[in-house]
Amino acid sequence: MKKIGILGFQGAIIEHERQIEALGHEPVIVRYPEQLDVIDAIILPGGESTTMGKLLNRTGLMAPLREKIIGGLPVWGTCAGMILLAKELVNDSVTHLGVMNIAVRRNAYGSQIDSFSTKQVIPAVSSKEIELVFIRAPYITKVENGVKVLCEVDGHVVAAEEGNMLVTSFHPELTEDLTFLKYFISKIK
Amino acid sequence: MGKYELNKNLAQMLKGGVIMDVTNVEQAKIAEAAGACAVMALERVPSDIRKDGGVARMSDPQMIKAIKNAVSIPVMAKVRIGHFVEAQILEAIGIDYIDESEVLTPADDLYHVDKTQFQVPFVCGCRNLGEALRRIGEGASMIRTKGEAGTGNVVEAVRHMRQLNNDIHQVQAAPAEALMTLAKEMGAPYDLVKFVHENGKLPVVNFAAGGIATPADAALMMQLGCEGVFVGSGIFKSGDPAKRARAIVLATTYYNDPVKLAELSENLGEPMSGLEISKLENKYAERGW
Repeated sequence: MKKIGILGFQGAIIEHERQIEALGHEPVIVRYPEQLDVIDAIILPGGESTTMGKLLNRTGLMAPLREKIIGGLPVWGTCAGMILLAKELVNDSVTHLGVMNIAVRRNAYGSQIDSFSTKQVIPAVSSKEIELVFIRAPYITKVENGVKVLCEVDGHVVAAEEGNMLVTSFHPELTEDLTFLKYFISKIK
Repeated sequence: MGKYELNKNLAQMLKGGVIMDVTNVEQAKIAEAAGACAVMALERVPSDIRKDGGVARMSDPQMIKAIKNAVSIPVMAKVRIGHFVEAQILEAIGIDYIDESEVLTPADDLYHVDKTQFQVPFVCGCRNLGEALRRIGEGASMIRTKGEAGTGNVVEAVRHMRQLNNDIHQVQAAPAEALMTLAKEMGAPYDLVKFVHENGKLPVVNFAAGGIATPADAALMMQLGCEGVFVGSGIFKSGDPAKRARAIVLATTYYNDPVKLAELSENLGEPMSGLEISKLENKYAERGW
């Protein structure tokens, strides 16, 4: 059984919690720096990236979390989490953790009215179709060396990985499908 | 996945956050910098609407668009209860969420907006479970307890949250054969009553609103079981809005940590001045049904 952290400031926390429990692992809601020492991996959930970015700074979690990720802690950023991890934001001058070699466009599809869902096979993850839910979602506009593209939708990169870091524009935690979480957990050594 | 599901999903992304009333671009930027998960764009905060009297309507679309352009977080705006054309206008300018709000003067004393006719999501107020389920039945994808807006007095927010919790417990504990009678008594759609019976919660996200003025108020509402808070007049009618806004955001995350809450509550400057509920001329919560 693995201890999977979920950054616990704001957003879709309980949805990840339920899925982690459904696979028989232990979720840990991370709100304090010392909790980083007891987890085997961490999920940065969907929510508002500006809110989470500011709280990372105000709570003293930014520096130790960045260190852990650079040190190899497996991390999965969904939606806002992808924005937190990116080294470059196309339409924002502020970056947050800034550890992954990707450039990301925030709210890339527009307002809530442009939110959508679709189904696709992501070969690296599973041979079956997965439902991909995009809520005011970002996408990746540029990947640098070392980043592997996992999925594109309509010509835009919406899932990628680089070593211990995994990012998705979409929200597997909003569906019943545990495939993506299983894939993330398989990356924990 | 349909549009309604996606709209409920957006509310899920707001959970644990604070949605702040703002009346101009400058306030919107202060709210975003403080860590608000969304802003509510309106011309006057509820305490000023209360003071000024007269008919309160949807805000000028130009002002809402200016706020939309100034921030990257979701922007909500209010329409009068039943005013489906105001809602059409807000949908046309690409608003992220519409609040069909009792704070504005109702446009229809019989019907609320048929929210199923819209692509854009709606949040609506409630005082109890029946009212919440009627709004969800009409297509609301998020609920907020009404409280009493513009008072800086949390007592009504607490009353409505407790009532909602009690109603949910009652429905959950009732035998299956009692559900239709409960639906009849509450005036709520049967299928939604059944959902609450089976799941012990609303089918959509629920925030608290109406009277929250301090970090302790926000944490109180979170401990009572809401999933996030709306703060209206409480921030920009206080002595140091930026500082208070930051503190309320942190209090909503650390609502279970009294040591942190003590720290956050220190030296915030003057809170907004509060009003006694018994002395109010208009109770906004009584608008709508």
